[in-house]
Amino acid sequence: MSTDTPQKSNALIWGIIFLVGAIMLVWSMTTSRTGQVWITPEQQAFTADAEGKYSATDSPAPGDIKWTTYNVVPDSELTQEAIDSGSATLSWSRTIGLWLSAIFTLFILSFLVGDNPAYKFAEAMVVGTSAGYVMVIGLWDVFVPLLWGKLMPGFVQMAFLPGMDASGGTQWLYIVPAILIVMLLFQLMPAGGWISRWPIAFFIGITAGYRMIGYVEADLVAQIRAGIVPLWITGESGFEFWPTFNAILLTVATFSAMVYFFFSIEHKGLVGKTARLGIWFLMITFGASFGYTVMGRIALLAARLEFLFGEWLHFIPTS
Amino acid sequence: MLLAVAIPILMKTVFPEVVSKQAKMVFDAIDDLPDGSRILMSYDFDPASQGELLPMAQAFTRHCSVKGHKQYYMALWPLGSPMVDLSIDTIESEYPDMVYGEDYVKFDYKTGGEAVIRMITQDLRGMFELDSKGVSLDDIPMTKNVKNIQDMDLIINVSAGDPGTKQWVQFAATPFGIKTVSGCTGVQAPQMYPYIPEQLAGVLGAIKAAAEYEAAIDIAYPSIAANPKAQEAKRRMGPQLVAHCLMIILILIGNWIFFMSRKRGQA
Repeated sequence: MSTDTPQKSNALIWGIIFLVGAIMLVWSMTTSRTGQVWITPEQQAFTADAEGKYSATDSPAPGDIKWTTYNVVPDSELTQEAIDSGSATLSWSRTIGLWLSAIFTLFILSFLVGDNPAYKFAEAMVVGTSAGYVMVIGLWDVFVPLLWGKLMPGFVQMAFLPGMDASGGTQWLYIVPAILIVMLLFQLMPAGGWISRWPIAFFIGITAGYRMIGYVEADLVAQIRAGIVPLWITGESGFEFWPTFNAILLTVATFSAMVYFFFSIEHKGLVGKTARLGIWFLMITFGASFGYTVMGRIALLAARLEFLFGEWLHFIPTS
Repeated sequence: MLLAVAIPILMKTVFPEVVSKQAKMVFDAIDDLPDGSRILMSYDFDPASQGELLPMAQAFTRHCSVKGHKQYYMALWPLGSPMVDLSIDTIESEYPDMVYGEDYVKFDYKTGGEAVIRMITQDLRGMFELDSKGVSLDDIPMTKNVKNIQDMDLIINVSAGDPGTKQWVQFAATPFGIKTVSGCTGVQAPQMYPYIPEQLAGVLGAIKAAAEYEAAIDIAYPSIAANPKAQEAKRRMGPQLVAHCLMIILILIGNWIFFMSRKRGQA
């Protein structure tokens, strides 16, 4: 028996799936508006009162602020009459965007067949686009208001952020992070890379300090306090079984799991049995975590399939 | 598995949801606040977790909007900002009477994670001098009297990782006692439950809890129940149920084959 039979079977199965998909796509395109996005324009107009305060108006006059927004027409409202009258028009830009989304989704899902150039291309596009987007967001949301805005408030207010208060003047302390940023860029230089270690060390030190405070307060002290609970719980109606059971379970699970990680005593006899009980509690916790992870992954798949079947193929009418 | 997920989507299979204690705690934390309370909503997730977290984020938005709460949106993830825009689109399309700056406001993404949280617990303007439209906080009705986030009545955090709920618990909820609820991915949920009830008022773990939360909102607010867009998490539980049933069957079959093979090997 040939060793490549499973691969051939896989390829055959996926070939059939893609063929069926292509036939369904062609069928859908001939009978519906598959892969099309229709929009309807909506005029927005705002007029100023005597105090200069703007409010929406249905009858704009010259000098008012006007613009047009475009809303996507849901399947239920897209009629031939709306198309014929021109109130709904095909949006080419959104249609192209929709097709790109669908094609990239299929490219990513193609990894199920195996690593392939289509998947690699989509992966590179996601990473590249995300990096570019994050860089632009970082520049305009962080760098400009929080660094340039402190060092050159007048210029930033005039050129980029008219709403900014520049009356405080230059805050010279911000020259320190500016210098650290420049030092960080030395990482890219063939020589002098050691200079970048100083801002990295500073950053790691600050982060460690911050996190230590947070963990000690919220995860150590607060959790110890939350773990010390009464083991016999009574309410207005007397003894309460389930709260008592939960309190005992919490105490036993916490204690036995801690014993498992206590290596100064050999895990034999009572200590060994307690540690074994701790392993059970740990395994149940990991199992719950894994179960949640599976649920999360299925939710992501369902979301992409909803997109493909709904917005792209219109098998499910969009609302 | 693909078919197990795809068929319920195409058949629009929706199963009834029973509101769990966890979902009820989150619902009550928002619903018990007086109308018009201040709520900080931090969207610390990106499109990679959109399928799991956006339904609960939208449910939070609808619940807060129908209660008339003041909503302050922010993001600790750079790609969280477009997720906030989706919730603002929901407000604009479904609650047209709500006014930007009076009922809801958006702050831009800021880098730093826990450092941002720590800063805004002391001084909101130290990090957000302007809103996302470039308007000074002193000129926005709903922010001009807010000094820091200790003035908030509740923090809602939708979290996919770090920075996320853990950092909000560590730097806002625990040290300052600011009431906080979380909606998080399934991966994080078991790590968040120990914070209940002292440090977190409730946790929605993954899409299942989101569906239960939607069910709780539907019971209390029939106007939202009539909105098909507000049933996203419940709709996504149909594929979950079928896929999980399939997995259980496959696990049972796999174990049965394993034990039968071992039995034959011994014989």
